[in-house]
Amino acid sequence: MDFSSVLDPTHWSALLSGLKVTLLVAFSAIILSFIFGTILGVLRYTRIPVVSHLAIIYIEAIRNLPLLLIIFFGYFALKDWGVQIPIALSVIISMTVFTSALVAEIVRSGLNSVDKGQIEAARSQGFTYTQTLWYIIMPQAMKKMIPPMVSQFVSLLKDTSLAVAISLPELTHAAQIIYNSKYNATIPLLILVSLIYFVINYCLSLASRYLEKRLAG
Amino acid sequence: MEMDFSFLEVHKEDFIDGFFTTLSVSLVALVLSLIIGTIMAVLRISHSKILRGIGTAYVEFFRNTPIIIQVFFFYFGLASIQINLSKFMVGSLGLAFYTGAFMAEAIRAGIQAVPKGQMEAARSSGLTYIQAMWYVILPQAFKMVIPPLGNQFINLVKNSSILAIIAGTDLLYAADIAIANYDVTSVYVFVALLYLVITIPLSIGVNYLEKRWSKQG
Repeated sequence: MDFSSVLDPTHWSALLSGLKVTLLVAFSAIILSFIFGTILGVLRYTRIPVVSHLAIIYIEAIRNLPLLLIIFFGYFALKDWGVQIPIALSVIISMTVFTSALVAEIVRSGLNSVDKGQIEAARSQGFTYTQTLWYIIMPQAMKKMIPPMVSQFVSLLKDTSLAVAISLPELTHAAQIIYNSKYNATIPLLILVSLIYFVINYCLSLASRYLEKRLAG
Repeated sequence: MEMDFSFLEVHKEDFIDGFFTTLSVSLVALVLSLIIGTIMAVLRISHSKILRGIGTAYVEFFRNTPIIIQVFFFYFGLASIQINLSKFMVGSLGLAFYTGAFMAEAIRAGIQAVPKGQMEAARSSGLTYIQAMWYVILPQAFKMVIPPLGNQFINLVKNSSILAIIAGTDLLYAADIAIANYDVTSVYVFVALLYLVITIPLSIGVNYLEKRWSKQG
C-alpha cells in the first residue's frame, strides 16, 4: 500500500475542491429541505382536508424510496425531459426532495409532542390558529426537533457521496480519480476521505448533543 | 404524462432477478448487521474501558462515514490488495458494517431499558455475565427495540440500491440498464413502485408495533 500518495500536495488540492462541492451541495440542500420539510410537516399536522392528504402521500412515498433512485431520476429523467441544469443543481434538488419528507416527519412528531391543552389554552386567550402554531406550539416543538434534525443533516452530508454515481465532482469522486490513476493508493485514500467525512460529521453530532443537553435544562 | 412499460418485454427477467437480489442482499446484511450490532452494543456497555472504547469507536466511525466509502473499501480497496469478493458479498458486507453501527445503538438502548435488577438476579442465581446477557437481558432488550430495528431494516433495503454503483445486478441496476433504450421516466417509476412494494408494508408494520407498544406503556 502506498501511503505516501496521501501526503502529495497536488492530491490535497484536488480533494479540497471536492470537499468544497460536497459542502456546497450539502449546505444548499440542508437549507432547502429545512424550509420545505417544515412546510410539509405543518401541512400534515394541520389536517386540512386534501392538502394534508397530499402531504401524507408525498412523505410516505418519498421516504420509503432509496435516495440513489431519486438522484438518478433527478439526473436522467430531467435530462430526458429536456431540462438542462448542472449536475450539482440536480443533486441539490434530489436531496431536497428526499430529505424534506424526512424533515416533515421530524417536524410533525415534534408538533405532536406538544400537549393539546396548549392549543386550547392559546385559542381561548384569543390567538388565531396560525398564531397559536407560530407563537405557542412551534417554539416548544423546536426543542424536540433539533437532535433528530441534526442527525438527518449528518445523513444528508454523508449521502452527497452517492452523487459519485453520476460523476458529481465531490469529495468521493475526487478520491476515486486519484486512486484510479495511482497504483496501490486505493486503501490509503479511502481511509483519508472517510476521516474527512468523519471529522465533519462527528463535530456536527457533538454540537447536536450539546444543544440537546442545553435545551433539556 | 404517458407511461410506457414496453421495456418489460425485453427486461422482465432483469427486473425479477434484480428484485430478488435486492431482497436477498438485504436479508443477508440484516442477519450480519444484527450480529455486529449485538456484539458492539454489549461492548459499549461493558465494564472494561478498552472494550467500551472499541465499541464506541466502531459505532462513531461507521455511522459518521458514508456507506459508499465502506462499499468502495470492500470492492476497490480489497481488490487493490488482490482480495476479490463477489459483488453480492461486497454489498452484504458493506451494508452490514454500516447498518451494524445503527443496530448497535438501538440494541444498547434496549439493554439499558431492562431493569438493573434482572442482571443482578440472574448473576445471583449463578449465571455468568455472558450467560445472563444472552439468556436473560438480550431477549427482553430485543423485544423492546423491534420497531427501531425495523426502521433500520427499511433503511438497509433502501441502501442496498448502492449495489447499482458497482454494477451489482440489483433492482436499481436493472433500471440503469433499461433506461439506455427505453423511456427513462417510466422505468424509474416502475422501479420505484417495486421498492415501495417492499418498504411500505415494512413501514406499516413498524408503525403498528410502535403504536401498540406505546399504548401498553
